[in-house]
Amino acid sequence: MTEDESQRLEYLSSNLKRRAFIYQITRDFFNKQGFLEVETPVRSPAIAPEKEITPIESEGWFLSTSPELYMKRLLAAGYDRIFQFNHCFRKGERGAYHNPEFSLLEWYRQGVNYSQMMQDTEQMVAAIAAALGTGKTLKYRDNTIDLSLPWERITVSQAFQKYAGWDPTNDPDMRRFDEDTVLKVVPNLNPHRPVFLIDYPAPMASLARLKPGNPRVAERVELFIGGLELANAYSELVNQKEQEIRFRKEIEQIKKEQNRVVPMPEKFIKAVAHLPECAGNALGMDRLVMLFCNAARIDEVMPFTVDDA
Amino acid sequence: MDISEVRKGSKIMIDGVPYNVEEAEFMKPGKGSAIYRYKLRNLVDGSSTNKTYHSGEKFTGANVNTREGQFLYREGNNFIFMNTDTFEQYTIEETLLGDKSHFLKEGTIVTTMMLEEKPLDITLPIFVELKVTKSDIATKTDTVTAQLKSATVETGYQIDVPTFIKEGDTIKVDTRTGTYVERVVTKK
Repeated sequence: MTEDESQRLEYLSSNLKRRAFIYQITRDFFNKQGFLEVETPVRSPAIAPEKEITPIESEGWFLSTSPELYMKRLLAAGYDRIFQFNHCFRKGERGAYHNPEFSLLEWYRQGVNYSQMMQDTEQMVAAIAAALGTGKTLKYRDNTIDLSLPWERITVSQAFQKYAGWDPTNDPDMRRFDEDTVLKVVPNLNPHRPVFLIDYPAPMASLARLKPGNPRVAERVELFIGGLELANAYSELVNQKEQEIRFRKEIEQIKKEQNRVVPMPEKFIKAVAHLPECAGNALGMDRLVMLFCNAARIDEVMPFTVDDA
Repeated sequence: MDISEVRKGSKIMIDGVPYNVEEAEFMKPGKGSAIYRYKLRNLVDGSSTNKTYHSGEKFTGANVNTREGQFLYREGNNFIFMNTDTFEQYTIEETLLGDKSHFLKEGTIVTTMMLEEKPLDITLPIFVELKVTKSDIATKTDTVTAQLKSATVETGYQIDVPTFIKEGDTIKVDTRTGTYVERVVTKK
């Protein structure tokens, strides 16, 4: 072990202890509510086709980019409350908030929609704050954040009209949407409160159901705290035919634009036929730990990033 | 190379101009495309600029390398150098050298940054020794106050020196600031 490495790991020890504690509280939170903790494969023959997420291949299979499809196959078989911590891999994603290997917490509930996911998230983060003794306010980087419930909810349409001057739900332009999200919208969200950004343009949520009464948007929500994108939840799409059409379209686009061949996840598509009304959330554990450790970089909450592996 | 391979310190071509990536910021909405924000240093004129790119963009790496060169002589606006490894000669124009030309005397060894076979810039030694070719005689009032006077060195560069420096002396000059450091005592 080099001197640098031993110094770095020593410096990280208080954050790593806090990380372990946060995992423990999170497990307790779900166990107490009757959730079953599950583990699903990290390496799979087919994953959800997503244009903007490049998987890492492993002998013709793919490393998990998210456990979503397996979680839904469990739901389709009758499991009604499940959660898991899953190591996920996304090629080329490295920055202050990104490491190509990271940890997602996913949980799903039968018989609810995305509103329940927002409430679960509020309760879970509040439970962690209470256990850590941080109280109702949290200091993250330059801001003091008031965690008292309920948190702010603002639609994508409102947020974009306010901070970027256009409405992506009328005229979805993906590139412009992504750039304005990171450069105009997120930096301008209330820095002193957690904010749920809700109801994304329909084409930007291939696994979510459309909002009843407003098919231009999908029931998708993202949570932002202190500039960190922490979680992404859906009211899940449970229409098999619609799901297959969306995936087929995505697969064709990936082939055409990136010359990347992605197989259709057939077993998942079959399972969607039996999927009950449900909602699920994917939360970045590394970023949640960053928030509670007041860490500016993901490197401060994991002992070995891709650069130190 | 694909944009995802560009790192801090990468040298890339943009519109035919080589840039050094001084800072690279990666931002990405979970389900969206990546945004890359770079602070770029133009390797030809030294200017700095910020640019935003999207995932999927491709760059050509700038084939920038450095080599050691010895300054031989000046010919009008051209400065002639010799590659100390291959003994091949190459020319750099005065406009490209800017103020650095003030500190080049025959035999000075510099590091030359090249884009393929085209010189872009040179790095001077931090200190160079230059001979004073002309020096004003300090007036009495000068000595009381500033204790500096103007002098010209062998490259034609004008520099402020202490009053005890005489024509024919050799002085050490800091090339980063262009200022006098000390008199060099030549042993006989």
